[in-house]
Amino acid sequence: MNSNKIIELKNISKSFFIASKEPGLNGTLKHFFNRKYNEKKVVKNINIEIRKGEIVGFLGANGAGKTTILKILCGLLYPTNGFISIDGYRPYERKSEFLNKISLIMGQKQQLIWDLPPIDSFYLNAAIYGIEKSEAKKRIKFLSEMLEINKELYLPVRKLSLGQRMKAELLAALIHNPNILFLDEPTLGLDINAQANLRKFLQLYNKETGSTILLTSHYMKDITYLCRRVICIHEGIVTYDGKLEKLLTKLSPRKELSIICKSKKDIESLKNLGLDIKNLESNEITLLIKKEDIKKTLKNILNKYELEDLQISEPPVDEIIGKLLTNNN
Amino acid sequence: MYNLTPNKIGTLLKTQYSNMMEYRVEIALWAISGVIPFFMLNIWTNNGLNESLNISNIMLSRYFLSAFFVRQFSVVWVVFTFEEDALLGRISPYLIQPIHPFFRYFAQHIAEQITRFPFALIIAIFFFIFNPESLWSPSIGTIFISLISTFFSFLIQFLIQSIIACFCFWTEKASSFEKLIFIPTLFLSGLLAPVESFPEFVKSWVYFTPFPYLIDFPARILSENNVNIFSGLCVQIIWIILFFLIFIKVWSQGSKKFTAMGL
Repeated sequence: MNSNKIIELKNISKSFFIASKEPGLNGTLKHFFNRKYNEKKVVKNINIEIRKGEIVGFLGANGAGKTTILKILCGLLYPTNGFISIDGYRPYERKSEFLNKISLIMGQKQQLIWDLPPIDSFYLNAAIYGIEKSEAKKRIKFLSEMLEINKELYLPVRKLSLGQRMKAELLAALIHNPNILFLDEPTLGLDINAQANLRKFLQLYNKETGSTILLTSHYMKDITYLCRRVICIHEGIVTYDGKLEKLLTKLSPRKELSIICKSKKDIESLKNLGLDIKNLESNEITLLIKKEDIKKTLKNILNKYELEDLQISEPPVDEIIGKLLTNNN
Repeated sequence: MYNLTPNKIGTLLKTQYSNMMEYRVEIALWAISGVIPFFMLNIWTNNGLNESLNISNIMLSRYFLSAFFVRQFSVVWVVFTFEEDALLGRISPYLIQPIHPFFRYFAQHIAEQITRFPFALIIAIFFFIFNPESLWSPSIGTIFISLISTFFSFLIQFLIQSIIACFCFWTEKASSFEKLIFIPTLFLSGLLAPVESFPEFVKSWVYFTPFPYLIDFPARILSENNVNIFSGLCVQIIWIILFFLIFIKVWSQGSKKFTAMGL
């Protein structure tokens, strides 16, 4: 067994029984007298191993099963089948020793007491996790400086902006120094600067504490900035587990070549070269070229045409992952 | 999950008290809304209903004032808060903290009772201004025992509602089950009339239920009416143990069914 392994899931499945209702009055009456439940398998026999200190991103469309997996990992849900071990604990037993090691942070969901300043919730959480007041004070000071929310500690939570609240939520969730973090859409609804700050903070926290972070996010920047490893989930099945870079190369073996020509005649000629065209505007064309063909094609174009500008780039990650989620393969 | 320490209890109470102080006007209104016993007293004395019971007007008014106090410090609403928290997904972070989520609700109730106390006292002062003949000063021992009995009454009601709240794990609207308990609580607890005044047939079985121990028993102790204190306290303790065991069972079964809605 790998001693570095902190999370292990073997053949984990989770099913829910969901009542379905037909439309109209007939459907309503049937639903009332003879309610029918359908079994929905949300997670199907997944196997995952995660090492200490890794930051792993879960990718998948809405309803793919990412959040359900996070809920199973942090002990909120009992798996229907399979074996699960987090640092030697079964999460669903919710033992205090296990709960002291983890933290779950959910975007748009809060644990802070709405009408009190965050500092009250911090001290409450500190007491719940058995942290002495003097130690709690130190940690609050350290984390609030890192998160830059010193001034907001004494204002009622309801008066804070979403970004400030999210930072305060993070502080509340980190006060017990968890070594495993489960983050479900942590940057949801935050502005660009707040998103960037949060990402920086999480990276720093991972570096300084060696904590393991599992993250779901629909913002690809969160994933590309933080995660070297990604796990793709589709209909409850793991479809990819490996390096993000490798996934991107696999999904997008082509580069984008954007060319601005001096004459429209050249554009017309480029159009007829038999290459895949991504975009075409008056005197600008974007071609998709296989990575191994890039040198040859570039040489050919430079020799043949008079160009005003030329740019080679990778396709945007959002686009690649978007395609992955749409195509489901 | 039950590893309570003095620091945890103290901080939970302090925080919940600070939170309740934010709602002081609301709590004052709740305290005022609990004056049903005074209306009942009025109905009883104006219609001479107490004569058939062989109980004087003064003792009856003391009983209803005591019932008012017991009610003030045994009001429970955990089923509604838990249901809302479960439906909105707020319960999820509580479930993965090393303290049983019901301790939060318990602390909320205690903090609310402390906040409510001065308002209840003001209402009692007004009661004595309008009914000076009812003024009495119970001994320290009586106050102490009635406090214990009121706390037991609160525990019984808290446990009953917590059991019902756990039904949220099976059905989203657990509070509808509470409605089934509300009617017998209202009529059989002694809030509307002392249990002694009930027909013999009702009295023959009502003492086998927890209801008379919710208001009637502690109110009788405080108002210094005739009551067997020892056996009453024992019955309260038996109900607490019984409901606690049921709660543990229902919680352990129910929390396995939790679907983390709204997370």
